[in-house]
Amino acid sequence: MARRASPLTAFVTKELRHILRDRQTLTILLLLPLAMVVLFGFALRNDVNDIRIAFVDPAPDYATLALRARFAGNGRFNPVATAATTSAIEPLFRRGKADVAVVFESGFAGHLAAGLPANILIISDASDPNTGSRMQAYAGAVIASWQAELHAARGGVQIVTRTRMRFNPTLESVNLFVPGLIALVLTLVTALMTAISLSREKERGTLEILLVSPLRPWQIIVGKVLPYLALAFANVITALLAAWLVFDVPFRGSITLLLIASALYALVGLALGVFIAASTSSQRAAMLGALVGTMLPSTLLSGMIFPIASLPGWLQPVTYVIPARWFIIIARGIMLKGVGLNDLWAPILALLVMLAALMLVAIRSFKPRLA
Amino acid sequence: MRPLRFLLRKEFLQIFRDRTLVAMLFVMPIGQLLLLTNAATFEVKSSRLYVVDHDHTPMSRGVVDRLSASGRFVPTSSSQSQASADEAMLGRKVDAILVIPDGFERDIVRTRNAPVQLVLNAEDGAAAAVTQSYAVRILAAYSAELGVRVTPALVAVGASTERAPQRGAGVIDVRQRGWYNAELDYTDFMVPGILVVLVSMVGTLLTAMNIVREKESGTLDQLNVTPVTRATFIAAKLIPLWSLALLEFALGLLVAWLVFHVPMRGNLLIVFAAAAIYLVAALGIGLWISTLVETQPQAMFVTFSIMLIYILMSGIFTPVSGMPGWAQWIAEASPITHFVRLVREVLLKGAGLADVAGEIAILAGTGVVVLTLAVRQYRKRSA
Repeated sequence: MARRASPLTAFVTKELRHILRDRQTLTILLLLPLAMVVLFGFALRNDVNDIRIAFVDPAPDYATLALRARFAGNGRFNPVATAATTSAIEPLFRRGKADVAVVFESGFAGHLAAGLPANILIISDASDPNTGSRMQAYAGAVIASWQAELHAARGGVQIVTRTRMRFNPTLESVNLFVPGLIALVLTLVTALMTAISLSREKERGTLEILLVSPLRPWQIIVGKVLPYLALAFANVITALLAAWLVFDVPFRGSITLLLIASALYALVGLALGVFIAASTSSQRAAMLGALVGTMLPSTLLSGMIFPIASLPGWLQPVTYVIPARWFIIIARGIMLKGVGLNDLWAPILALLVMLAALMLVAIRSFKPRLA
Repeated sequence: MRPLRFLLRKEFLQIFRDRTLVAMLFVMPIGQLLLLTNAATFEVKSSRLYVVDHDHTPMSRGVVDRLSASGRFVPTSSSQSQASADEAMLGRKVDAILVIPDGFERDIVRTRNAPVQLVLNAEDGAAAAVTQSYAVRILAAYSAELGVRVTPALVAVGASTERAPQRGAGVIDVRQRGWYNAELDYTDFMVPGILVVLVSMVGTLLTAMNIVREKESGTLDQLNVTPVTRATFIAAKLIPLWSLALLEFALGLLVAWLVFHVPMRGNLLIVFAAAAIYLVAALGIGLWISTLVETQPQAMFVTFSIMLIYILMSGIFTPVSGMPGWAQWIAEASPITHFVRLVREVLLKGAGLADVAGEIAILAGTGVVVLTLAVRQYRKRSA
């Protein structure tokens, strides 16, 4: 063993001590991501359940009663009121006591039997258009399948749609969100950690001391990044354990590949932090950049909550620069679909390219500081 | 009030000295508002469909035609092999697989009943459920249409001669109407939410780092030995960022109006008055954090957690009604939930002061509570 450690080892050791000494921050860094994944894993739902439905049935007959029973037995709908006129349910909507109303015309069954169009109006509270359109789709399907059965019973044709929900048969929101949550929490923690750590040294003037030391710029970055990479990896493992033990999220593919991809993703986050620190002037600006600059884009443009396919065409290419987008594809692919490198090389390559680009920019932007 | 004036001057100088910070303060939120508002939609536009048609009959092609004519499905590839269909789905090339079994048309003609299989990528379960309901409706309509063709006699059942039915045996004509937002335009709904999140994020983060910064550099101790009172001190910390955040909110509303044409149905004065109150609460939370923690990184991580709760749990992007009860309580406890609700009610529905008085009262209450907590916490530190 050499008596004097190489500059890089010494520097990494110093950085590790910095992190380990501050117990309070270390605890926050280890527990916060886990707590967030568990909390939001339980709380987040993108599905609309327990839809409160009101019926406007001016002249109840066998058909309207049968359809109303259909809604009641559907599980998604929860009948709250029946009225004779549309104006009677309007206050329910305004007070937020009903989400959907199904309005039957009078003589509904008679029209059906006579072979005439029988009219139904589905009214939804579309003040949240996202849930509004979902509720309309669900209500429409209940009516359509009732009608299809009615037809079959009368000797009409019935095409039976057998649906298989692949990868997530019980339609658990948590299966969708856990990979996204891991991505979100990880990117923020990694980007924030390095951004803070570097900008702190900058603000205190200790970075200049480092820059005049025999350490080369890349060594400074590596020394800063390595300890945090270990920390981020610990975060990945605890988050995955929580996904598996608490939420029963399936792990159908290779865990090794998932861990490698997570490490790669954490590195991208760390490099992003270095980049942010290098391009800002103070701790405050760095934190503002790291938090405000990454939080909403990683939530909204990553496909975590809103599917990328739903975005307008011009916005979809913008998502390519969001690291979380690629990690979510990888994590969902491995966890839910059980796919391997064959199907995932493209997102992995994207992360590698991002890492290389960020590292290059970060190392370059370090040099002029010496002047 | 002289000390307050001097302190205010100092705070403003400290903010405006950092040019990058000021630039970020305005460019980042407005830029994100412009970009991200377009992203917040669940709308399942169309699913790429892989067709495995084993039947090859006019009727089986009719199924595919009806699905694609609806615009909800776009047939992108087809073959006879279930295996290659599976592969396409695993490789994210298609979202749905339609399998029409051999003998589909024959079964319909003979037994009037035939199955098709629809395999959906249910990673996003809610989106898959919506896609499923579209398919069910399209195929139900197609069944009715086939019924007329296959068994014309059925049409006549129960029909009197003078009222010859046009649409086959009892077709249910479903119409839809979305109240309060007939066009289901999601940008109108999302702009207030995203704007408020951005303004809160900037405001809370900067206030959270404010006092702790003075703690770190030791200048807090210097301030503590001056005759400045606690209230003056907190006010001096709050007012500059409060006015900046309010300015930013106004700017964002201008963008909302000019770029996104968000309707401004209600009284804007109510919105601004509520914003002024809400920001006291939001920044008050930041100040309170600032008095609690010891270092700037800690302040930032606490802010980070609060922001995540704001973004993910307050019903801005995902529906609150789907969340478990305890999570709904957390949503109700966040001031942002009430403020976003108020802005949406006033701007989109034209609600008046009486309609939103409850929300304003909650915001004001939160503001008083967090400011009291911050001032009390600060006293402990200086003792």
